[in-house]
Amino acid sequence: MSETHTLSVLVEDKPGVLARVSGLFSRRGFNIISLAVGQTETPGVSRMTIVVSVEDFPLEQVTKQLNKLINVIKIVELEPAASVQRELMLVKVRADAGVRSQVLETVQLFRAKVVDVAPEALTIEATGTMDKLNALLRMLEPYGIRELVHSGMVAVGRGPRSITAASAR
Amino acid sequence: MTTATPRPGTPGPKPAPPPGRTGVPAGRPTGVPGQRPDQQRADQHRPDKTGEVRHEPASVVPGPRSGPEQVTGAQSIVRSLESIGCEVVFGIPGGTILPTYDPLLDSTSVRHVLVRHEQGGGHAATGYAQATGKVGVCMATSGPGATNLITPLADAHMDSVPVVAITGQVARPLIGTDAFQEADITGITMPVTKHNMLVTDPAEIPRAIAEAFHLASTGRPGPVLVDIPKDVQQAQTTFSWPPELRLPGYRPTTRPHSKQIREAAKLIAAARKPVLYVGGGVIKAEAHAELLELAELTNIPVVTTLMARGAFPDSHRQHVGMPGMHGTVAAVGAMQKSDLLIALGARFDDRVTGQLATFAPDAKIVHADIDPAEISKNRRADVPIVGDAKEIIVELTDAVRGEQLTDLGAWWAQLDGWRTTFPLGYDWPDDGSLSPQYVIERIGAIAGPDAVYTAGVGQHQMWAAQFVKYENPRTWLNSGGAGTMGYAVPAAMGAKAGVPDKVVWAIDGDGCFQMTNQELATCAIEGIPIKVAVINNGNLGMVRQWQTLFYDQRYSNTDLGTHKHRIPDFKLLAEAMGCVGLRAESKDDVDAVIRQAMEINDQPVVIDFTVGADAQVWPMVAAGTGNDEIMSARAVRPLFEGDELAAGVDEIADVTAQALEESGE
Repeated sequence: MSETHTLSVLVEDKPGVLARVSGLFSRRGFNIISLAVGQTETPGVSRMTIVVSVEDFPLEQVTKQLNKLINVIKIVELEPAASVQRELMLVKVRADAGVRSQVLETVQLFRAKVVDVAPEALTIEATGTMDKLNALLRMLEPYGIRELVHSGMVAVGRGPRSITAASAR
Repeated sequence: MTTATPRPGTPGPKPAPPPGRTGVPAGRPTGVPGQRPDQQRADQHRPDKTGEVRHEPASVVPGPRSGPEQVTGAQSIVRSLESIGCEVVFGIPGGTILPTYDPLLDSTSVRHVLVRHEQGGGHAATGYAQATGKVGVCMATSGPGATNLITPLADAHMDSVPVVAITGQVARPLIGTDAFQEADITGITMPVTKHNMLVTDPAEIPRAIAEAFHLASTGRPGPVLVDIPKDVQQAQTTFSWPPELRLPGYRPTTRPHSKQIREAAKLIAAARKPVLYVGGGVIKAEAHAELLELAELTNIPVVTTLMARGAFPDSHRQHVGMPGMHGTVAAVGAMQKSDLLIALGARFDDRVTGQLATFAPDAKIVHADIDPAEISKNRRADVPIVGDAKEIIVELTDAVRGEQLTDLGAWWAQLDGWRTTFPLGYDWPDDGSLSPQYVIERIGAIAGPDAVYTAGVGQHQMWAAQFVKYENPRTWLNSGGAGTMGYAVPAAMGAKAGVPDKVVWAIDGDGCFQMTNQELATCAIEGIPIKVAVINNGNLGMVRQWQTLFYDQRYSNTDLGTHKHRIPDFKLLAEAMGCVGLRAESKDDVDAVIRQAMEINDQPVVIDFTVGADAQVWPMVAAGTGNDEIMSARAVRPLFEGDELAAGVDEIADVTAQALEESGE
């Protein structure tokens, strides 16, 4: 797997910001692995968490180009060791009476949750790092995955400091 | 007063001073035209402790204070343009911008030039901006009017020209419904503008326009588009000036880091083969005088890129020419053999570097640019310096003064050798036809270094860059990055509108000229007497040159028939457009016709210079090859490794064809 980096990008909450960011990535040939966007504690400021693969471009070019977007306020790279990184996954697994207890055992092992039950299927909610979710998926695959949906990854730095507050310079 | 001139001295994103220290009582009217009235208002945005994003101080918005008063959105647009110092708008009305054209009719300070095509309006705004250093403004209606602006916006974006485009948009309730003349112009122009915005609240109009001008003219300049729906223009609103800028994510660095300056000064002092690689940023920062001082202090040779012609006097002993694909052997050789390139407001464009892997292999790089994203984008910089070119050059000069400089005698001997052996030159065509280079050289000699020259794109552009001698900044305007054919005539129109006392020559090709000559009618009617030299070789000359060199002289679709059929007859075309039409077909005509054109000051003039079709631009570094492969004017490769002048053009053509395939060109 190529080298990936997690960027937290504070942006002004204005129409078209997502298009500007995604358009920049596509036209410069940067590769997005995951992108999640949502509000922050500061009104008017949204936060994007972008997981970017940097095979062909130095990360520096990606952040510099992002910084040129007028609506981008701040960019921080979050190192995996110094941050909490989470992704949410909802997965619908085939699970009739015969295998249900085995599936439930897997769910418990991964500290996931069953959020919907039907006679032939279970819907499981799991959060974690990409690695953990991939491991869970590998365990569930043999039962038959009927539907899978992932959120983008979100991340926050460990410790008391806040990148949002620091953005006020 | 002027609008935001690209700015050294613009107070950057420095922390706002604490209240009460500005020396001006709050509320004192400071709105005297010609001053920077709101310099003192920086204290109104105090740092807050809530973690909320603060806004830039309003101090950067020029213009007299006025308002609040009740107006329509359209009036607010016009008042904003007046307040910010806009002198001229190049545009065409249409359905959705109609409300704005009504108050525009009454404006006494904003002149509107009614162009014939929006592309012409966009290039005119660019030409105006490049000739004056002020923000150029163009206006168009929604849909096709706006999409016709895309080429000039992309052009201004590539060449970092401060342009503001104001477009009408369909009324807010119609947006997204595929309404008549609707186009998502903010979406379409995102990649080719520095920024753009859709104004959905009439109260936001002054701020949007002030922000557009601020963004266009500060930092790395560029085009900004403001899209305003028709019902926003029609709505009642309040106008007051100056507005407060809200650009929390925009903090261009203008002051260079002193440590980097010291590092650069050390490298400069130690270098044996340094070169000042000067780009268009030096002109934009108005740093030509400072550059001259640095160059003379250090005795370092100077090359000026296509975008920087005029940033350093061509007549100066230290100027070794233009680098790049059609640069001088001395300039290309200097960079290739250099041990230190000091890049000032330049961006290591592929037309300058040739094949990147073999570009200036022994050179350390000092790269100074206002845009951090340019630094180490193409070539890794050993010493990166982010900042305004003028401030950088001033500080660098001071730092170098304290250093013991290396003697550059041996380096100059090498450079002078190249200059003497491979000067710029041209041969007269064998068929007895007129030499295009001669025509351009004579225009430059007769019109002189105080005139402004614009060019289209192609052979004539390169010859105009080579054979006109530039002594002053903002006298050479061309489409460098985008390579937009058809730039010359409308850009000349814009330049002439901006600097009416200067002689403005558009040096154009017959291919380019046929793309945008409709603006001659604008020039004739609006009283903008430009001079147009059509270097008419009957062909798309540069493409034909490549076909000669790399496609076995198979001339696919490059003969325009302008010679064979005299369609169009440029002399008659000029007359039909209300211009004086002249023609020169032999060497003896050239001076007389140029002088005749120089004497006509009340009408645009077009001269059809019928020239030979086979003239070629030399020297040339073919696309995809390394700069060591440069072919001099004599179709031989100076081969810097040895002294032999080997490798004829055929061998180079083979190398090139292969390289072209590899680079996909």
